[in-house]
Amino acid sequence: MEYGPGVPVLREVSFTVAAGEFVSLLGPSGCGKSTLLRLLAGLLPTSAGSVRLAGQPAEFARRNGTRVAFVFQDPTLLPWRTVAENVRLPFELQRSQAPDIRDRVHAAIELVGLAPGDRRKRPRQLSGGMRMRTSLARALVTEPNLLLLDEPFAALDDVLRQLLNEELVRLWQQSGWTGVFVTHNVAEAVFLSQRVLVMTARPGTILAEIDVPFPYPRTAALRGTAEFARLTATLSQRLREAVL
Amino acid sequence: MKRWRLWLQDVVLPPAVLLLVLLLVWHAAVEVGRIKPILLPGPLAVAEAVVRNFGKLARAAAFSGSAAGLGFLISLLAGTLIAFAFSQSKWLRCSGYPYALFVQTVPIVAIAPLIVHWCGRGWHSVVLTASILGLFPIISNGTSGLLSVDPDLLDLFRLNNASRWQVLWKLRFPSAVPALCAGAKTSCGLTVVGSIVGEYFVGYGSRSYGLGYLILFTTDQLRMAELFAAVLASTLLAVLMFSAVSLATTAILQRWYDAPIEHRR
Repeated sequence: MEYGPGVPVLREVSFTVAAGEFVSLLGPSGCGKSTLLRLLAGLLPTSAGSVRLAGQPAEFARRNGTRVAFVFQDPTLLPWRTVAENVRLPFELQRSQAPDIRDRVHAAIELVGLAPGDRRKRPRQLSGGMRMRTSLARALVTEPNLLLLDEPFAALDDVLRQLLNEELVRLWQQSGWTGVFVTHNVAEAVFLSQRVLVMTARPGTILAEIDVPFPYPRTAALRGTAEFARLTATLSQRLREAVL
Repeated sequence: MKRWRLWLQDVVLPPAVLLLVLLLVWHAAVEVGRIKPILLPGPLAVAEAVVRNFGKLARAAAFSGSAAGLGFLISLLAGTLIAFAFSQSKWLRCSGYPYALFVQTVPIVAIAPLIVHWCGRGWHSVVLTASILGLFPIISNGTSGLLSVDPDLLDLFRLNNASRWQVLWKLRFPSAVPALCAGAKTSCGLTVVGSIVGEYFVGYGSRSYGLGYLILFTTDQLRMAELFAAVLASTLLAVLMFSAVSLATTAILQRWYDAPIEHRR
């Protein structure tokens, strides 16, 4: 994958994510994490190499039954639609004829912790956290096989970020999707994932692959343990190497 | 109660005071300076002309207003459709845009006689002149609105295998509504200009005529007080058009966004 003449964004990046796994891509700004995520979604063509979802080229897989959902850095909601209308959008675009769309939309909204009264609100009436929850609901409503998250909580304050991390872990455990989470926040990557891939700056490559041994369900208490602190420190050190 | 008083104090009172002062200066200048009514009639003479010709003015304003109104609707519809086409194909946009600029830059006075020559005398030619003048702001605002869509939203639509039509109808068009509203406000004032200029060349026949024609023949006959009355009526018509469109766009944006303030221009 190259960005402009002669400047590759990513080089020799190779990894596999098992079905149902939760993996984080941890790297400094501008290391091509977001590009990588868009390659996985089949939204960008590769200039060399290939991306396979369930054994098929990404875009082909997406058009043939593999459900891929994306959570962007911004909530990316349609401001003229209500919360429920935003969450329903994927069904509309896919021309879904499912009879229970309404129920699934309501269930997804409840799942991410929004109240039934929020369904008819528009994005501008919501706080930043509630907008991000809406965005999550829109991604989860189609019951994706693969959920790609591009620094979704980077713009939120620390407390809210931690809360949403805890909920994301809960949501992942409840359903069977595979998660690939992009972030530059070490604690976030450790808290969420089973495995962390540390990336270097341009051209992006994978510097290290680190397993996170903590069992699920993970709760807020995990952040206070010595093991968590130790692993976070190790990863921070690797991340420093990636920048230098 | 307090808001009403503030509104009176800040919005109504200052221009009203200025108007009164200007009217007094005007009156004094005409009376003291003994300016001939053929050059500049006094405000009282104009007021008297308005009252005396009220029916005539109202009828003329209705003719011009209806032509401007229909012209505006036509330019809104045609401009939006052209913007749709421009947003769908780079080739169309690059080849068509210079000619869209043409309708903006060509002096309307220069092509109005041509329109009359081709389309004949009558109301429809005035409507056409008005709609040509109102077209460009809709095309240019609409095109840029349709094209400046959040790339993440485009990715979201692609990810859900959205068709080109769905992207246009469910994403690009609603995203462009604020820009189209801004364009509509510019356009509606221009269509009033267009209808009055159109009437200079058209006329509707001996029994019915619009403000443009009224302005033309009162000037020819040096009926200055009536000319001023017609100019006043034209201004009021434009203000009325603009207010109506402004109200409509505010209502639309409020319904779609719940926060129209940042879109007001």
